[in-house]
Amino acid sequence: MLARRIIPCLDVRDGKVVKGVQFRNHEIVGDIVPLAQRYAEAGADELVFYDITASSDQRVVDKSWVSRIAQVIDIPFCVAGGIKSVEDAGRILEMGADKISINSPALNNPDLINELHDVYGQQCVVIGVDSFYNKDTNQYEVYKFTGDESRTQQTKWTTLEWIKEVQSRGAGEIVLNCMNQDGVRQGYDIQQLKAVRDICNLPLIASGGAGAIEHFIDVFQQADVDGALAASVFHKAVINMAELKQDLIDAGIATRPI
Amino acid sequence: MSTKNIVIVNTGCANISSVKFALERLDVAVTVSDDPDVIRQADKVFLPGVGTANAAMTSIANKQLIDVVRSLTQPVLGVCLGMQLMVETSKETRQDSIECLSLIPGAVERMQVGDLRLPHMGWNTVKTEKDNPLFHGIAENSYFYFVHSFSVAVGPHTLATCDYGTPFSAALHKDNFYGVQFHPERSGDAGAQLLKNFVERV
Repeated sequence: MLARRIIPCLDVRDGKVVKGVQFRNHEIVGDIVPLAQRYAEAGADELVFYDITASSDQRVVDKSWVSRIAQVIDIPFCVAGGIKSVEDAGRILEMGADKISINSPALNNPDLINELHDVYGQQCVVIGVDSFYNKDTNQYEVYKFTGDESRTQQTKWTTLEWIKEVQSRGAGEIVLNCMNQDGVRQGYDIQQLKAVRDICNLPLIASGGAGAIEHFIDVFQQADVDGALAASVFHKAVINMAELKQDLIDAGIATRPI
Repeated sequence: MSTKNIVIVNTGCANISSVKFALERLDVAVTVSDDPDVIRQADKVFLPGVGTANAAMTSIANKQLIDVVRSLTQPVLGVCLGMQLMVETSKETRQDSIECLSLIPGAVERMQVGDLRLPHMGWNTVKTEKDNPLFHGIAENSYFYFVHSFSVAVGPHTLATCDYGTPFSAALHKDNFYGVQFHPERSGDAGAQLLKNFVERV
């Protein structure tokens, strides 16, 4: 049985892992490589590294750490941040990343999704979507450049329409960052994830809001997502990976044991 | 661990570094090469690959490596797409089907998974169908990391199976040619053991 994945997310800024609340006020958590290694050894199923400054200030992700991570960890990992071309993606994959995740550049140039699919295959093309629930319009809306508050912009897309679009262009996986929930540890946005699940036949990863073990159980059981991503609960040791996995197994959720 | 001459065929695909790093974690020195002489002289050969069969076959053809790989008599391990290239044909192409290396009978076809999602992405359990040194010391139903939408049906050369919608070949073996659909380089301890087995026991 295919296991549901637990995916610690490491936000990277200037070569350090950082953590903010609702995409702001970042504090340093630690160095990338030892943290990656620690999570892999603790039983994480996969890791995601987001260079949160790269898209917004026009830099390509500082890539020197990608091969250092690839050397030490024996679980898959994905790199995101400022990947704007097939060449950018190729360099990161060649250094040993298993997947690349694109967000703002896909919104600026949706053809990039098709190009990445054709050159490297669907399996390594992850699309990150920053989605905000607008209670005035009662819509889920897609934002870009969320790594830098001063440049964050609403796009023309509703979340559901954008996900249909990226799916038709050859994406291999969706990471849905529910912005209203990010960093506040009140639980995943089950309602939104269910709405996306209904129209998404790719692997879907929930992101934003994990604060307790029950939140993981809820998101797998209620929103049928393939993986759950979280940052602060792991960085701050609010949740112990071994306990989390045991509780998932006890709840009857297919889980890779440690 | 080993002084064997291990060569990774430089297929021009993207997971070469991760296979190399995984072997280096086992203290196995490896050479990445597309030089026919270097490949022929290896004790063990890895054929890695990610992406589409079409792109990988084109890359191997351009490097004039098709006959080189076909002529190898030492143990060869195809990883993921590298395994798929070992069978006769693949449907992972814009045309109807493309010819692969025909080292092992079989065909690569799009997975039929019903309501499940494709790609088949993540950790799934592997069941061995035959006793083989490749799976020495690996517990039955161990989890390995998979990422693919195409697969080879279970057949006489299936060494291990995985189930996603329907059972498919997780590992193949014929003569000196071995292939695994999963990524041992990204499959934790079980994957490391499999790589070690290939280097030491096959």
